[in-house]
Amino acid sequence: MNDQATMPDGIAVGRSIPKLENREKVLGEAQYIADLQRPGMLHAAILGSPYPHARIRGYDTAAALAAPGVVAVLTGDDVGEGRMGAFIKDEHALAKGKTLYVGEPVAAVAAETEAQARAACRLIEIDYEELPAVLSPEAGIAAGAPILHEKLADYLKVFDAGSSGNVASRTRFEEGDVDAAWADCDVIVEGEFTTQAQAHVAIEPCGALAEFEPGGRVTLWSANQSVFRVQANVCESLGLSMAKLRCLTPRVGGGFGNKMEAHVQPITVALALKCRRAVRLILSREEDFEIVRARHPFKIRMKTGASRDGSLVAREVEVLLDCGAFADDSPGVMGYSLLMSSGPYRIPHRRAQGRLVYTNKLRFGAFRGFGQPQMCFAGEQQIDEIATRLGIDPIALRRQNMIAPGDSWFLGQQVLSNGLAACLDAVENASGWKDRPHSTRQGRKRRALGVAATAHISGLLGTGATVRMLEDGSVVLNTGATDIGQGSDTVLTQICAEALKIPVEQVAIASPDTDGSPYNWGTTASRVTYTTGRAVVGAARDVEQKLKQHASEMLECAVGDLELRPGGRVGIVGVPQAEVPFAAISGRAHWAQGGPITGDHSLVFERMTHDPKRALAQGLPFPRIGVFSFGAVVVETETDEVTGKTRIVEAWSAADVGRAINPQLVEVQLEGAFVQGMGFALVEEMVWDGPRLANPSLMDYKVPGSRDTPYDIHSIIIEAPEPDGPFGAKGVGEIGINAVPAAIANALALTTGQRHRALPMTCERVLDAIMQSDTPA
Amino acid sequence: MEGRQDLTLTVNGQQRRVSVEGGETLLTVLRDQLALTGAKRGCNQGVCGSCTIAVDGWPVRGCLSLAAACEGREITTIEGAGADPAMGVLQRQFAERGAVQCGFCTPGMLISARRLIADTPQPGVEEVQAALSGNICRCTGYRKIVDAVLAAAAELAP
Repeated sequence: MNDQATMPDGIAVGRSIPKLENREKVLGEAQYIADLQRPGMLHAAILGSPYPHARIRGYDTAAALAAPGVVAVLTGDDVGEGRMGAFIKDEHALAKGKTLYVGEPVAAVAAETEAQARAACRLIEIDYEELPAVLSPEAGIAAGAPILHEKLADYLKVFDAGSSGNVASRTRFEEGDVDAAWADCDVIVEGEFTTQAQAHVAIEPCGALAEFEPGGRVTLWSANQSVFRVQANVCESLGLSMAKLRCLTPRVGGGFGNKMEAHVQPITVALALKCRRAVRLILSREEDFEIVRARHPFKIRMKTGASRDGSLVAREVEVLLDCGAFADDSPGVMGYSLLMSSGPYRIPHRRAQGRLVYTNKLRFGAFRGFGQPQMCFAGEQQIDEIATRLGIDPIALRRQNMIAPGDSWFLGQQVLSNGLAACLDAVENASGWKDRPHSTRQGRKRRALGVAATAHISGLLGTGATVRMLEDGSVVLNTGATDIGQGSDTVLTQICAEALKIPVEQVAIASPDTDGSPYNWGTTASRVTYTTGRAVVGAARDVEQKLKQHASEMLECAVGDLELRPGGRVGIVGVPQAEVPFAAISGRAHWAQGGPITGDHSLVFERMTHDPKRALAQGLPFPRIGVFSFGAVVVETETDEVTGKTRIVEAWSAADVGRAINPQLVEVQLEGAFVQGMGFALVEEMVWDGPRLANPSLMDYKVPGSRDTPYDIHSIIIEAPEPDGPFGAKGVGEIGINAVPAAIANALALTTGQRHRALPMTCERVLDAIMQSDTPA
Repeated sequence: MEGRQDLTLTVNGQQRRVSVEGGETLLTVLRDQLALTGAKRGCNQGVCGSCTIAVDGWPVRGCLSLAAACEGREITTIEGAGADPAMGVLQRQFAERGAVQCGFCTPGMLISARRLIADTPQPGVEEVQAALSGNICRCTGYRKIVDAVLAAAAELAP
C-alpha cells in the first residue's frame, strides 16, 4: 500500500472496502452477457465484408434461409435510413448500400445454435461492386480521393464539425499570438510524432441479447458503458421510439472506451424484432478486434519554444487523425487532445488544430486517455528536449511551468484544484530522482529514468441520481451508471453512505435500467466519481431535508436545529437523547404522513470550456467540460543493447484525485492504467496488410502478461479537493495512462541517445536507435 | 471425429451425462449443457486463460480441451472449486485485496493460482508471475493479483 491519503477517513469515504460484487466474481457466479439465457433464445452471427469499400448491389439469402436451424437473415435492406453516432450521425445498424471496411457487418443470421448461425452466414451471397479504397488519412485528403460518405453534408452533427470531402471534422484553438512569439524564444524544439492503433482487448468480447416482448417492446442486455447510449444508438439507427426499448446491463467484463458507443446492439435488436424472439449475439475475439473500435493512430507536428530561463513561451500543434469508416467518438478525441495539448503548463501563446479523416478501416474511437497518451507522447518529450537544451532538470522545468492554482486552462476555464506540484514532488522523492544517475550501464543492460506529467478532466455532460428510503430506513441508490469493473457501484455507494452517515450495508445500488434509472451519459471520460457522485450527494441531501422535516414534526423543533447522526438517526443538536431513527421516520412517511421519502438530483456539467474573450475556438466538440485531475509518472527502464528489448524495472505513478473515495480502487486504476500504457508504448500494435487487419487475435496481438509487467508499480495518491466534487473527489480512470508512453520515451532517449517519435518503441526501433547513435549513453 | 457421442463427465464431484459433437470442447459443454458459466470464452484460442479449468488438479484451457478426452477425469470449475479450503482462502484474498476488477479473468486466475500453491506453498513474486503468465488481465496491472496470491500462500503456510 502506498496510500498517502491526507484526509481523515469518514464513515464510508476514504476507506478501502472491497468492491461490493467481488464475492460474486470470485465464486464464478457473476453473469456477463455471454452467460445470459432467455426462453427460446436464438443465437446470431454476423457476416463481414470482404472489401474495404464496395457498393452492395444485391443479396441472395435463399441458401442461408434454407440452412438447418436458421430463423432469419438480416441485411441492409431490413433497416431503414436511420443513422447513429455520438458527434456525426453517419452509421447504419449494419452496412446499407455500401460497405466501408473489411469485416464490416453486411448481414447477420439468427439460428437455433451459434454454429448453425455461423455456417449459414457463409451461404449468403452478396453482389459487390468494388470501389477504390482510402487506407490512410493522407490518401483521404489527396485530390481526387474516393469519397466514403457522399451524403456527409446532410448528416446530423451535434457541433460545428466543418465536414467536407473525407474530412469528418476539423478543430482549431488559439490563444495569444503564436506567430509573433517565436521571436521571443531562446530555444525552439520541433518534431513529428506518429502513434499506432491500439486494441482495447477487454477480456470479455462484446455481445448483446435482445428479447422481443409481447406488446412489441424489446428488452436489451449488452456489454456496455452506458445503457442510455445503447438506447440512443439502437433507436436512432433502427428508427425506434426510445419508449419501445428497455436497456439493461449484466456484469461487464472490462471496458476502456470500446463499449461506450454501439457495437452489435442494433443488429441484435433488429434480429429480435424480425424473429419476434430472444436473440443473443456474442462476438468472437477476432470479430471483436475487427469491428468494434480502436485507439486512433495520430500524426502530430509539434513545436514548442521557451526562454533561456526555462519559461515556456509558445506551442503550436497540428494533428491528422485516422477516423476509420465512421466518426463515432473521433471528433471528441481530436478536440480533447487539442484542448489538452499544452499539457498541465502555462503557455501564453498557443495554437492547436487538427483534421479527422475518414478511411476504409474500422472506426477509431474512445480509448482510455481519449487522445492524451498520443498528445502527451509528443508534448512531454518536447519538455524534456527543452530541459536538455537549457541544462535544467526535467522535473524542475515542469515545476517551473506548471499551471498554478487559479490559472486558466487552454481556452479559458478556471482550474479550481491542482495537486500537480505534490505529484511531481512525490514521484521525484519516491524514485530517488535527485540521488542517482538517470542513465547507467551494466554489461549489455542499460537503465534510465524518465518522467512525464499530465492532467485529465472528470466533469462532463448529464447525470442523475435517486435515493429512495425503504420502510426500515435503508436506502436504494439508483444512478444509471454502468459499473464496468472499475468499482463505481462501490464508490457511489460509499458516497451515498457518507452523505447520509449510514453504513454501506444500508445502501443497495440498483443496476442500470433505462426504464427505472435516472439518465446517465456514461461510464467514460473519468466522469462517474465526480459527475455522478455530485448527483448522489445532491439526492442524499434531498433525503436529508425530508428526513429533517419529518423529525422536526416528530421532535417538535425547528428543522435548523437538527443534525444527521451516524448510524441512521436524526437528532437535535446538543441534545443527545432527542433523536429519531431513520426507520421510525420512514415508517411515518410510508404509513401516516407525507409519503415515502425519495431524494433526487440531476445536473449537466455546467462550466464552460471556452471563454471567447480569451481564446479562439472553432469546431469545439464539447462546450462544457472540465474539473482537472493531475498526474506524474517516473519510470525506470532497462534495455538490452543486444536485442533492443526494453522492460520496466520500476514505476511511480502519482495522481491528484481530489479525494480518494476508495484508496484501493484508486491504486488499482493507476496500476492497470500504467500497464495498459506500457503495452501501448512498447509492444501493442494493430497492423494492417493493405485493407485487412493482419493480427486480429491474441496470438498475434500482444498484450502485457504478468511476466511482462513489473511488480513494483507504486501508486501514490494525492488529494487536492475539488470544491464542488463529492467530498472533494475528482476522476481517476484515465489519468494514470496518459503520461506513460512519454515517460518511457524520455527514459529511452537517455538510453539510446535518440528521440523516439514513433510508437510503439519496439525492440527493432530501439535497437536501430542504439546503432545509429553517435553518442551512446 | 464426426457425429454425436454420449459421455459421462465427472464435474465438481458429480457424474454428469452429456451428448457432444465430435470435436466439441470442454468449455462449450460446461457452459452450454451444464450451465457452468464460471469459465469464460475470452479468445477461444488458448491464449487469454479466462477458460482455465482444473482437470485432475491441473489447469487446462477449456477452449482447447476436447470434452471427449476428459471422460473419467476429475473436472473442477470455479463453481466447485470453493469446496477446497485453500481455494476459499484464495477467493477471499482476491476479493479483499483488490485483485478483482471486471472479474472476467478471475475464475481462470484462481484455478491457476490454486495449482501454484499446491506445488509451491511459499512462492515468491516471480514464481507467482510465472504461474499466472497464461492468464491475461487487462484491468489490474497484476500487482494486486500477485499480492492476493502471496497473502493466500502466507495464510495457508503450515
